[in-house]
Amino acid sequence: MAEGQGKSKGADHGTAAHTAADGGHKASFPPFESNTFASQLVSFAIAFGLLYLIVSRLALPRVGGVLAARQQVLDTDLNEAAKLKADSDAALKAYETELANARAKAQAMATEVREKLNAEQEQAKAKLEESLASKLAAAEQTIATTRATAMGNVRSIAADTASAIVERLTGVSPDAGAVNAALDASLKG
Amino acid sequence: MADPIHQFEIHKIFTLGHIGNQEIAFTNSSAYMFGAVAVVSLLMLGGSAGRRLIPNRFQSVAELSYEFVSNTLRSSIGEEGMKFFPFVFSLFMFILTANLIGIIPYTFTVTSHLIVTVALALMVFLTVFLYGLYKNGLGFFKLFVPHGIPIYILPLIMVIEVISFLSRPVSHSVRLFANMLAGHITLKVFAGFVTSLSALGAVGIFGAVLPLAMTTALTALELLVAFLQAYVFTILTCIYLNDALHPGH
Repeated sequence: MAEGQGKSKGADHGTAAHTAADGGHKASFPPFESNTFASQLVSFAIAFGLLYLIVSRLALPRVGGVLAARQQVLDTDLNEAAKLKADSDAALKAYETELANARAKAQAMATEVREKLNAEQEQAKAKLEESLASKLAAAEQTIATTRATAMGNVRSIAADTASAIVERLTGVSPDAGAVNAALDASLKG
Repeated sequence: MADPIHQFEIHKIFTLGHIGNQEIAFTNSSAYMFGAVAVVSLLMLGGSAGRRLIPNRFQSVAELSYEFVSNTLRSSIGEEGMKFFPFVFSLFMFILTANLIGIIPYTFTVTSHLIVTVALALMVFLTVFLYGLYKNGLGFFKLFVPHGIPIYILPLIMVIEVISFLSRPVSHSVRLFANMLAGHITLKVFAGFVTSLSALGAVGIFGAVLPLAMTTALTALELLVAFLQAYVFTILTCIYLNDALHPGH
């Protein structure tokens, strides 16, 4: 068990068991073997120094550069996206404004047309009514005239008829004035 | 039964040189340290090699690590803490990778050695102390003089603050070390039960089911601990660095 060790730093290395058996040797617990300290310290100094150099000169600048470059790309892309979004928002707003304008304009146009048509219709109606009224008045005039004429004729017919009846009954042609007076009385009665 | 301590042993692979009488060797621990460095470098450099705008999985992991550490740092220190980002990132990734590699069976866990965690913690401590002095001058010592404390208990509070400041690297390093060490010993002990029980024959094999299930559950727990301890170490580092930048509480 003790072979392979102890060759390095001189004779008095050994495992715990070995040393206990030997008795009296200096500490054989490997981490406390002080004659290995110098070698470990030198190795550690060289190894850690090397690591520090590699890390500080090469590795960290490179990885940091990669991360920074990515961050930059992300920032650029995000800015671009924000700009595009702002553009599209503006476009949407412009479209909505335009649409509202167009709608208002269309409405105004429709109102105008409707009012114009209404006015024309009113005018035509008024004209028609006027012409109808004048025709009606003329017709009423004609009727009145015709009736008056007809009524005049009725009197002369009645007078003639009354004369004829009296002549036939009495054989004497009556006096026109008497007939007229009798007619007047009859028409009054 | 397998020795649970065996996994922590350090073996020399070859000798690098000597400092005084002390031999400086390239050990298995060194190999795993460089392994961790290689894994982190591969992940971060390989992952970001494509520089893809939309990351693939590999690149996602690299970016995730970057953002995780930078968010942790930013939330506890703020934007001015980002000058410590490479340092904190190296710490987090080194500890995390070393911890995770250690969970793979037959591997060595770099962070289970106190000397390594002490080195890590002292590095943080010295960074905080020296940068705090450099940035704030003597104003850094306001860290030990909290606001709104009555003058008659101020000396006592100052002593407590100084002791707590000085004990930071101890708790900082021992927490990581002890967690990794204890976890790996527990895992090894339960895994050892499986082999020793199943050596007993049919009944033993039946009995070994329980420790095997336990080992499986513990491995899952160790995965959590590996991440959590790396994170705890990092967040404490951030809190300590925050003191260096803003000593006035």
